[in-house]
Amino acid sequence: MTTPERAAPQRPPTPAAPDRGPDQRAPVLAAQGLSIEFPGVKALQEVDFRLLPGEVHALMGENGAGKSTLIKCLTGVYRPTAGAVLLDGRPVSFSRPAAAQEAGVSTVYQEVNLCPNLTVAENILLGREPRRLGMVDGRAMRARAAEVLEGMGVRADPGSALGSHPIAVQQLVAIARAIVVDARVLILDEPTSSLDADEVEELFRVVRAQRDAGTAILFVSHFLEQVFAVSDRMTVLRNGQLVGEHRTSGTTRLQLVGEMLGRELSASDAAPAARGDDASDREPVLRARGLGRRGGVEPFDLDVHPGEVVGLAGLLGSGRTELVRLLFGADRPDSGTLEVGGRRLRARGPRAAVAAGVAFSSEDRRAEGVVGDLSVRDNMVLALQASRGWARPLPQRAKDELVEEWIRRLDLRPASPDTLVRNLSGGNQQKVLLARWLITRPRVLILDEPTRGIDIGAKTQIADLVLELAAGGTAVVLISAELEEVLRLAHRVVVMKDRRKIAELPGDCSFDDVMGLIARSDDDHAHHELAPAGAERRTA
Amino acid sequence: MSAQQLAAEERGPGLVARATGSRLLWPVLALVALLVLNTAVNPGFLSVEVRGDRLYGSLVDILKNGAPVLLVAVGMTLVIATRGIDLSVGAVVAIAGAVACTSVATAPDPSSPSAAVVGMSTALAVCVLLGLWNGFLVSVVGIQPIIATLVLMTAGRGIAMLITDAQIITVNNPTLNAVGAGFVLLLPVPILISVGVLVAVALLTRRTALGLFVESVGINPEASRLAGLRSRTILWTVYVFSALCAGVAGLMIAANVNAADANNAGLWIELDAILAVVIGGTSLAGGRYSLAGTLVGAMVIQTLTTTVYSIGVPPEVSLVFKAVVVILVFLAQSPQARGLLVRRRRRPAAAGSPRGGGRRAPGDGAGSSGGTGSTPVREDAPQEHQEVGRA
Repeated sequence: MTTPERAAPQRPPTPAAPDRGPDQRAPVLAAQGLSIEFPGVKALQEVDFRLLPGEVHALMGENGAGKSTLIKCLTGVYRPTAGAVLLDGRPVSFSRPAAAQEAGVSTVYQEVNLCPNLTVAENILLGREPRRLGMVDGRAMRARAAEVLEGMGVRADPGSALGSHPIAVQQLVAIARAIVVDARVLILDEPTSSLDADEVEELFRVVRAQRDAGTAILFVSHFLEQVFAVSDRMTVLRNGQLVGEHRTSGTTRLQLVGEMLGRELSASDAAPAARGDDASDREPVLRARGLGRRGGVEPFDLDVHPGEVVGLAGLLGSGRTELVRLLFGADRPDSGTLEVGGRRLRARGPRAAVAAGVAFSSEDRRAEGVVGDLSVRDNMVLALQASRGWARPLPQRAKDELVEEWIRRLDLRPASPDTLVRNLSGGNQQKVLLARWLITRPRVLILDEPTRGIDIGAKTQIADLVLELAAGGTAVVLISAELEEVLRLAHRVVVMKDRRKIAELPGDCSFDDVMGLIARSDDDHAHHELAPAGAERRTA
Repeated sequence: MSAQQLAAEERGPGLVARATGSRLLWPVLALVALLVLNTAVNPGFLSVEVRGDRLYGSLVDILKNGAPVLLVAVGMTLVIATRGIDLSVGAVVAIAGAVACTSVATAPDPSSPSAAVVGMSTALAVCVLLGLWNGFLVSVVGIQPIIATLVLMTAGRGIAMLITDAQIITVNNPTLNAVGAGFVLLLPVPILISVGVLVAVALLTRRTALGLFVESVGINPEASRLAGLRSRTILWTVYVFSALCAGVAGLMIAANVNAADANNAGLWIELDAILAVVIGGTSLAGGRYSLAGTLVGAMVIQTLTTTVYSIGVPPEVSLVFKAVVVILVFLAQSPQARGLLVRRRRRPAAAGSPRGGGRRAPGDGAGSSGGTGSTPVREDAPQEHQEVGRA
């Protein structure tokens, strides 16, 4: 019942799948009964997998389901314990990733793995430079790179430094690098996680063009809407086992999520959560008046009441993040006032905000959130310890009790306080970050994209936690790129557009209400980010 | 997986991994090896005896001569933990000596205890100012530490020359001399000062939250700021502390020879200190630091210097000898280099399996062309990286 057309009304419809009659053709890359064990873990158990030429195939599963392991087996990074990898029907055993690439299987990893100081052309052809009399032929190299980029429809000067381009272009260059070797199989591992809606669309255009040229594309993403928008077929893994192989057009989101999770959806997934009584008659705990910053966000008024979840809706770049950074003092406002608990916050900056009971979890977990090389314990107590000052260390026992308690309450895995945080998965890192702030017992908790890039199980847990905290009297300010998530959790929705707060809506407003406000009177491109998420949920 | 296998898994990484995993193992082994070498050459090397009110022996000499480097390295450890570096300590050593000696020499009574106290206090106050300058450039202006401290490294000796009027200032003050050459409780004063500072810093940073804050800022400054840490103050403090350590080291050096030599006092001490910190297992990338490691590192450096003299390495190649030993220690510390060595030894067995052949192909080429000893290890490492990077 869901279709890509419905999900993205502004886009020309995707060429329909039937003319490519997928199921009859011989797979270009396949796995048969693939198993791999690591000490104590069966990472994959007898997984069958088929990737057909000229299809975009989505590999779905929660974190730890075995997606990365499967990719690594297919590309020769890991060697399976049992089973076979077949290329064109013949068993192959790539000795190393480069051998896979020589055989036409190219992989683009999640983090852009390029050299920002080199030129675009050098990045595309690194290690495969055209040579002339033994020297690198710069002109031929740029020409070859320009040809590839043009074939992809990417406008970027091959002679410019890669670092001078936005992440999206760098991502496309990474793909150019992967296909310059005439790849027949292109594996894209979370290629969209740092792109905004327009950039995703650009990427998909390239992906579709490659598909139509006959390349088999394996696509891994956490974004359900993107999977439904771009893929032809999908394979679902759970706990290292194959649970389903489907044609995308015949699959509903509910079915897919059910397979990925292997359990019934919890209440907060299926239906709007029971909301607390209306909080707006109480005294606000956070009151901003005319708060603004030039080049950041225009002056705005905002009240947040105890026990209330205020959601911020808007497109990427609409000023959502800039607004909450002013509330916390992460950036210095140049106008307006901020009151917390009825008292004017004069000193500006994170320390003052923390002292007043405001907590802020940044959208950029890695750069601005966790301290990767410190343990879970140290990360969790960091904010509380910072507010106590260096001279009054938390007693060891109090520290251990707090950390144990939050590891249990947030279901952290592994449940060890000594693990270095950089070794945790994204969802667990987010939980550590949440614990760091919850340990300080904040009155106002600001969460910027707390569910970005984490698996659905952890998403549900964090959503439940937000509701639980609000029920306990904490005020929560929530940003999420998934409007549906904001609508589900928030008692009140603040709509942002072009770095301006344009409206406040009650929590039971509909997706279309918000869309209407944002889309009113101008540009069409604005729909991209919000459209898929919302339309999808309604129809599912 | 059977219970036996599981048990083996648990035992496997147990003892060996814990011993080889410790950051201190290899520098300690290096230190022991150097001591053994010295004892072999000079059987009386380890003997220590009491003569009058003081201890005599090579070990005491090593500790005493290594005290300034150790002290500077303690300050450097905290700076490096914040992902910084302080190149100016050598210059600060010279300035501290110059200020103290000039002040004492121009005092009304150059041999009185009060002249020494005034001279040393002035010197340390100047060092605090120098540290504030470094900290200002790094934490407020935001200049990269290596450049910011390069300013004072270059200018510092000039400043010291200005203070001493380009002369070597000699003084004769028993109180000042005691700081560099005196004995208390049988031990040389410099040892007591350096070890005292080391212990005090260890207690101060590990018993309070200061160590956590320093590491946190070193690993992720922005996350630390958003968690409510005073990142800037912490940065500033470690640079002031580093300069203060260098200042005290400068007093020791000047007091030991009763003179301030703006040109040569503390020459290259910044490099020895950085080396001591790194040998001790603290990464130049910031974050986790080990003061015990720094102590071992400083002792390795000083023992090495002593060894060069005692085993009669010709002076013209003594620096090369030092460099070779340091490289060996680093290679032993590097898990990658150790892994390559182990694999190389096992290769005949693995080469037969289909799995071994292809995967090691690039390493083989480099290895066979590279000769023996540590050289092929160094050649292999980048090769191996390139392969992974291209994938």
